[in-house]
Amino acid sequence: MNQSFIRFFLTAGCDGYAHAVRKSLLVALWFVFLTFPIMVIRVNTIENTVVWHWSRIGYVALAIFFGSFVWRWLLARKELKKDDTRNETRVESLLTQLQSHPIFKFTALGLLALAAAVYPWVFDLYQTNIMISCLVYIVLGLGLNIVVGLAGLLDLGYVAFYAVGAYAYALCNMHWNIGFWYMLPVGAVLGAILGILLGFPVLRLRGDYLAIVTLGFGEIIRLVLENWGDVTMGPSGISSIARPGLFGVKLGVVGSTQYMFYIMVALMVLTIFCVNRLQNSRIGRAWLALREDEIACQAMGIDKMKTKLMAFALGATWAGMAGVVFAAKTTFINPASFTFWESAIILSIVVIGGMGSIRGVIAGAVILILVPEYLREFAQFRMLLFGSIMVLVMVFRPQGLISAKRKVYEYKAAEAEAVHE
Amino acid sequence: MEYFLELFMGGLTRGSIYALIALGYTMVYGIIELINFAHGEIYMIGAFTGLIVAGLLTMLGFPGYAILVIAIVCAVIWAAAYGFTIEKMAYKPLRNAPRLSPLISAIGMSIFLQNYVMLAQTSDFLPFPELIPHFAFMEKMGSIMSSAELVIILATVASCVGLTLFIKFTKLGKAMRATAQNRKMAMLVGINVDMVISATFVIGSSLAAVGGVLIASHIGQINYYIGFIAGIKAFTAAVLGGIGSLPGAMLGGLVLGLTEAFATGYVSSDYEDVFAFLLLVLILIFRPSGIMGKEKTQKV
Repeated sequence: MNQSFIRFFLTAGCDGYAHAVRKSLLVALWFVFLTFPIMVIRVNTIENTVVWHWSRIGYVALAIFFGSFVWRWLLARKELKKDDTRNETRVESLLTQLQSHPIFKFTALGLLALAAAVYPWVFDLYQTNIMISCLVYIVLGLGLNIVVGLAGLLDLGYVAFYAVGAYAYALCNMHWNIGFWYMLPVGAVLGAILGILLGFPVLRLRGDYLAIVTLGFGEIIRLVLENWGDVTMGPSGISSIARPGLFGVKLGVVGSTQYMFYIMVALMVLTIFCVNRLQNSRIGRAWLALREDEIACQAMGIDKMKTKLMAFALGATWAGMAGVVFAAKTTFINPASFTFWESAIILSIVVIGGMGSIRGVIAGAVILILVPEYLREFAQFRMLLFGSIMVLVMVFRPQGLISAKRKVYEYKAAEAEAVHE
Repeated sequence: MEYFLELFMGGLTRGSIYALIALGYTMVYGIIELINFAHGEIYMIGAFTGLIVAGLLTMLGFPGYAILVIAIVCAVIWAAAYGFTIEKMAYKPLRNAPRLSPLISAIGMSIFLQNYVMLAQTSDFLPFPELIPHFAFMEKMGSIMSSAELVIILATVASCVGLTLFIKFTKLGKAMRATAQNRKMAMLVGINVDMVISATFVIGSSLAAVGGVLIASHIGQINYYIGFIAGIKAFTAAVLGGIGSLPGAMLGGLVLGLTEAFATGYVSSDYEDVFAFLLLVLILIFRPSGIMGKEKTQKV
């Protein structure tokens, strides 16, 4: 904290201290005006009563006054940085170094594996359950990451695939008593098929139009689930769905939760492995090319149709599997679990964590799912925070918290010559 | 026949509200090629401001007409202020970013505004007072058409005509058309593009607020969630007519409203929203440029 930093922070984008304070005061005043009716006044038109919340306006004014300094500082910092090519932050370069060091890498992986193995024995049922749902979101986030992060196709109806997986398991289990392990691959296949079915008609669209169509598609699926009462039991949902079996061994509540945890860890590892391999494969590179420039990509001879369909299908596969797990974990599902907001949460995991980066998605899920669980008092502000973080991340750090890094192959002339000789 | 007419008028009313909101989408899209996801929330905030003002004025004993006018004026002022601020905060810093960024920022804004209203007010449905007066000469129309529907349709027509004249004949309107055609060139000939974009957001938000107050008074209840569905439907209307075209948005709104009214009246009322979404998906797949839109060649 040196003098010049404080000065830069306080006067960013302004001529001096006085100007900065005046500007912040004006902004605070503007926001007081803006938020006045909604924040302060609550009328009840039936009983004809008014409740005034004057204190709120004070909080708004204070928050905006101090917040505006931070806002201007962040904007100024972004402007300053725009010119130089982006350097890795210290944490990132440390991570990369550690990752490329085999001893560190394997110790870290070993420690993680150990932590995962003992987790359900050390912590209680509640913690394990939270961790399971966090793992489900990691898998969902990694799946959506294929579609949004890698292929650049903004999908706002991702939850539809999740719902299809969950309902497929619930219905098959209810009518024909089909077990979890049979339905897990079936859910994956169903997700993929639905992904292709959705992908096929919207091949021509991208960007905003694609976002809206997928949103509409997600809502159609939800409304059908809600209204097709004969099949889906309507809004009341399906209950007492069987938990996964362990070779015919009957498990209690604690046992089955622990079992579920290990299944989820395995599924997550499988997902990370697959997505990682996909990223560096031929199709992964085609997705990136498609994201960067569709027309140039076609000119290079990439089959746009196949590539897009693959992205949709593979993204949906993970959602289908996560849906089966979700139904088995909660043993109860209804359409309320599959609203647009669920899609928005998964999207914010991908966006905030860092589009296209596996580490980023995991970090995003941990932050967005675990942190609100432990800050129970703030639970009602959860979506408010999600929304504002999404805006802030887009404005100030569009690459997300952990930006994607790709393998770079460097051609070193000296080495090449040495080989030739 | 009476049932048919009833549905027709109901569809016309819905459609005109969709058209009113769709104008905001289409104007913003025409100028900065961004789907302003938060536009539906502006409509919701307009409705809430209208409710608060109307509630206060009723308690102070103002006459009915005055309440309606003041509520609409206040709703317009605040909704315009919100539109202006949202553009400054969430979209302006992203003018030159890749196209996905402002879209995600817009979704974030929409989530934020919904939860902001939900926390500050309530998540329950709030009753909205009937502000639109009953005309005596409408009595004999019976159930076919109410005075509220008449007022809504007339207000929409007036707004549309006013907006069209504004765009055609004023200096700002001309600047808006120029900016929509080519932002860089507009800047070069001395148009303050930032000002034009702000003006677009202000005008679009005002129209949405008018729609918000009128429809809330007609339906009689609001909650924080109304903006989401209304926003998507208005967007559907804008796409249906051809996004970027003002007459297209009006036509699209009417087509959507009538389709919905007849589909719910003759097919099934459970799937009310499904019809709108289906229409949207079908239109985007088969004619993405909409009814009145022009096929645009892609710029590389």
